[in-house]
Amino acid sequence: MTSATTAHSVVEPSAATRRFAGSLVVLYAVITMIPLVWIMLTAFKSPDDAISYPPKVMFKPSLEGFCNLFTTRSRQTPDFIRSLGPPQGLCDSIARSRNMVVAGPSNYVPRFVNSLIIAFGSTVLAVALGTLSAYGFSRFRVPLKDDLLFFILSTRMMPPIAVAIPIYLMYRTVGLSDTRLGMILLYTSVNVSLAVWLLKGFIDEIPREYEEAAMIDGYTRFQAFVKVVLPQATTGIAATAIFCLIFAWNEYAFAVLLTSGNAQTAPPFIPIIIGEGGQDWPAVAAGTTLFLVPIVVFTVLLRKHLLRGITFGAVRK
Amino acid sequence: MAQIKVEALDKSFDTFHAVKAASFTVEDGQFLCLLGPSGCGKTTTLRMIAGLELPTAGTIRLDGEDVTMNRASARDIAFVFQLFALYPHMNVRRNIGFPLKCEGIGAAERDRRVVEAARILRISHLLDRSVSGLAGGDRQRVALGRAIVRKPKCFLMDEPLGALDTEMREAMIHELRALHDRLGATTVYVTHDQLEAMAMADRIAVMNNGVVEQVASPRDIYDRPASLFVADFIGSPPMNFLPFHGGLQTGAQAIRLGERDVAIPAAREAMAECELVLGVRPEHVRFTDRGMVRGEVYGTEYLGTTQIVTVTTRYGTLKARSPSSTSFRTGENVGLDFRPDTLSIFDKASGRAIRTALHEGGAHG
Repeated sequence: MTSATTAHSVVEPSAATRRFAGSLVVLYAVITMIPLVWIMLTAFKSPDDAISYPPKVMFKPSLEGFCNLFTTRSRQTPDFIRSLGPPQGLCDSIARSRNMVVAGPSNYVPRFVNSLIIAFGSTVLAVALGTLSAYGFSRFRVPLKDDLLFFILSTRMMPPIAVAIPIYLMYRTVGLSDTRLGMILLYTSVNVSLAVWLLKGFIDEIPREYEEAAMIDGYTRFQAFVKVVLPQATTGIAATAIFCLIFAWNEYAFAVLLTSGNAQTAPPFIPIIIGEGGQDWPAVAAGTTLFLVPIVVFTVLLRKHLLRGITFGAVRK
Repeated sequence: MAQIKVEALDKSFDTFHAVKAASFTVEDGQFLCLLGPSGCGKTTTLRMIAGLELPTAGTIRLDGEDVTMNRASARDIAFVFQLFALYPHMNVRRNIGFPLKCEGIGAAERDRRVVEAARILRISHLLDRSVSGLAGGDRQRVALGRAIVRKPKCFLMDEPLGALDTEMREAMIHELRALHDRLGATTVYVTHDQLEAMAMADRIAVMNNGVVEQVASPRDIYDRPASLFVADFIGSPPMNFLPFHGGLQTGAQAIRLGERDVAIPAAREAMAECELVLGVRPEHVRFTDRGMVRGEVYGTEYLGTTQIVTVTTRYGTLKARSPSSTSFRTGENVGLDFRPDTLSIFDKASGRAIRTALHEGGAHG
């Protein structure tokens, strides 16, 4: 109902206010987007364009960054290259133009797979444990409930890296360093406190009459939890899962410290992609751009829940 | 259907004593209302009968069987919640059929019984709707459907009409009572609304501070309140209380109020000199020039056929119900008289009603 009257409304912002607020939001969005856009542009630049000064905004797009990301190359004499016959694929021809040949695949794909396994594994675990304990805290008279909840929260009060050395030594002793399981357990333990607190808020909002009705109707408490509480907690679970996933996906410090070959994730791998004569910036940018994709897809899929998740508790139904 | 027997039921939450030695019996097919102000323990009592809370002490018998510590699902009861507790992710049909599904009853039989329940409640046309789009009254019918579909031993209802607007509530009161008469189901119904309780119940249990103050028929609760609390809680406006000091002999037919004797129903027990309270319902106050109490009209509230006249007297403010046809002027000096056979006497210290001939007129509470 858009009205053409000039009547002043107490709840509707005026057109000028709306324009002002709108431009603020747009300005902020642009500022936050600039680094991302810059990274994506760099991914399609040639190494020379990437480090040219002043920076080039217009350039001839190249896939060299992506090629360098996925392959390792070795320098050869022009004579040797000429003796090889026609180049195999796009990357090979780019490499040959720089007097190099593709020697084999890089470690990017295994690192990326490690990231996927560790981030999703720890997210599933943290959300599952978090949901169960949040339900317990929400519904039962747990002795020392408030103290326990504070204790769970207090694990977040110092930066996780403060306990890096003990964890490093501990992991070395029990043989968990540089294993996927070790990283999953570590990220789970960091995330589970967040999950418990977030999910407790959501589950507190679900009237307990629902599962009481189900229990009177013949379900056990666990059945009622699975069949009645969980379907109504999906919003909270989705929001919590996104937060957990973003943390586990982006985590850098522990990954650097605890992983090297076997279980290394993408974040510590990407910045150290070395080309000829130092950092291969287009390859780093290409790795970063691809690294963004899963989290963007996941977030877009669950964005409705995320919005509701951030504002939960603000509106009582 | 079944008899529910609650004996000396006690419930404490940490330091809070929610229910204190509650005892009452709901006979097979009876409609009992648990009535009281909020926080009086009525819902806790109901939840203990349902098995949603475990009592600290006492027993609950369903048809003679001790179910005090049984799980809710093992008691074969149905519970209707104030906020309906319809599962939002299921449509009406699946909501009503849910208890049958829990019991593992086959789809064909389930559907037959869902359709029948829907027919009884006249919601057949809503079966495939989502519950979130339903009006309050229809939601309540769906919740009732979920209760009756299983043919349980008894129905427990926790303020099922509390979330409805006045008009819908009136209609549902009659529907619920009609449904009860039709199914003959033992029902325990929690409410804080005395009109609901009066309109529906066979018997009312009035609770206050965790104590069952009186269990009796609506008429007995109103005419023969067992305590000051019941007398004050039931009736609108509530009973007038005139405190006085005195004693009672067994068989005494009058009390001394100020300089006047007031006739009362013959006392059936003796009381030593103490603080007592005379209770008079507003409709039992008569205006007469030779009245034993004199006062000044403070104001009137017009209620259609009757009016409530507030009179300030030396014993405090009294409210009287009188036909609207009589007119009163504010400040007018009036004489008041009480109908002797309807008066109640209470012991002020304990709040207990003193036994008089009033309690013999067909009372069984």
